[in-house]
Amino acid sequence: MKALLRWLFFVVIVRPLALIVIGLNVRHRERLPKSGPALIVANHNSHLDTLVLISLFPLRQLPQIRPVAAVDYFLRNRVLAWFALNVIGIVPLQREVKASAGDPLAAASATLEEGAILILFPEGSRGEPERLSRFKSGVAHLAKRHAEVPVVPIFLHGLGKALPKGEAILVPFFCDVFVGEGLYWNGDKQGWMTDLDDAMHVLATEGKFSPWE
Amino acid sequence: MMMHLTTNVRWALAGVAGVLVFATLMVWLIALTHPNKDYSELKLRMRSWWVMIGIFAGAMLLSPLASVVFFAFVSFLALKEYLSLIPTRRADRRVLFWAYLAIPVHYYWVATAWYGMFIIFIPVYMFLLLPLRMVIIGETEGFLRAMGSLHWGLMTTVFSLSHMAFLLVLPADKNPAGAGAGLMLYLVFLTQFNDVAQYTWGKLFGKHKVIPKVSPKKTWEGLVGGNLTTLLLAILIAPYLTPFSLTEAAGAGVIIGVFGFIGDVTISALKRDLGVKDSGSLLPGHGGILDRIDSLTYTAPLFFHYVYFLHY
Repeated sequence: MKALLRWLFFVVIVRPLALIVIGLNVRHRERLPKSGPALIVANHNSHLDTLVLISLFPLRQLPQIRPVAAVDYFLRNRVLAWFALNVIGIVPLQREVKASAGDPLAAASATLEEGAILILFPEGSRGEPERLSRFKSGVAHLAKRHAEVPVVPIFLHGLGKALPKGEAILVPFFCDVFVGEGLYWNGDKQGWMTDLDDAMHVLATEGKFSPWE
Repeated sequence: MMMHLTTNVRWALAGVAGVLVFATLMVWLIALTHPNKDYSELKLRMRSWWVMIGIFAGAMLLSPLASVVFFAFVSFLALKEYLSLIPTRRADRRVLFWAYLAIPVHYYWVATAWYGMFIIFIPVYMFLLLPLRMVIIGETEGFLRAMGSLHWGLMTTVFSLSHMAFLLVLPADKNPAGAGAGLMLYLVFLTQFNDVAQYTWGKLFGKHKVIPKVSPKKTWEGLVGGNLTTLLLAILIAPYLTPFSLTEAAGAGVIIGVFGFIGDVTISALKRDLGVKDSGSLLPGHGGILDRIDSLTYTAPLFFHYVYFLHY
């Protein structure tokens, strides 16, 4: 029942929204993982990011695709929590790391072990629209634990213009989705994070974007 | 279904399908006889033609309203592409939203054939409303550029293009051969044909550049050859789709040929200014939607008023 609801939500609302109202320019679509487990990391500017990333995959893969999302935001009230967990299918993540709370990445790890395609926004929040901010290192911990899982960087542009943080009205813009090559853990946290940052910046320079201030 | 179109228009659509089949076979043949050359771009372009013409003809066959909705959607895609391409101000998000809202309203005037409102809604009311909305937001830095570029975009992608749609709702009795749909098909077919003809003539004989600073691939040979071909075709098919006399048809052929070129290079200049090669990636092999309808932004309003002045 919940699976059907999720399927309907993506078929009736998300896909038409992503493909007709917004419109995506996807480059290197062939680099998307054909099956899980895989970790998708992207820059984060808008609530639309998650929906667009999920809609990049064929519908039959939908049950596999799970975005990681912040507990403090998405589970803050019951209605939103129900929607986030059942319809969007989030894997909850505690942003505030407390020593007593145990392993913050346990749920994400377990989902990867089930063979999911996990979506993660290492910037940690949507931040200022259309600005890349530093990736937090949680993603490196995850990559280290799952050294056999490819980490696929995806650069998103335009969704922060269409629906930035704090805005309720969606304004249509064509948006760019540049998919990078999968990276694997290389044994060195600092070096790996630099590789990931570099991969994102290379993807970002593929586009020619007019200023938006 | 279909009975709202005159027999000639239905035959013309069949003719378009024939041209499409012929062109596709030609591309296959060329690709087969030149196995060591890469024709994937050309094949992609043909495929996009099939999709575009399929949707366009499908809407025409369905009903005049379906065609109006189709053109409204084309305007939406074109405006969206334009606004995604140009620099816009973050403060203007809501102003852009109003600009988008103008599309359904404007095409409502088209669907109801309210000419008086159609002809002033964007040039007068939206022209006055959008700056007003910007002033309420109060961001003055970049105000002139924002206001000017938004209105130009709305005029080009919505107002100008919608003249194709208004041809459809013109009184049928003034054009027994093809009615409104005949005129629209005549305009769209000749404009697109002119693009292809200029390109082909240019490829075959192009030498002397027309406007190298804007569009280095445009040549006089392509322009003149294309325009003459378009002129000839305009005269040949006019009796079947339009109320034109021979001279009037020649005039229409010249308007479509010359101003199709102007529309094309206007969008080229815009792209050059922004430093992009294609306006988008919506139509594989063609680029964006503006790359495909650039010529129509000029030919649609000019052809419309030419017909309107002569026969309505």
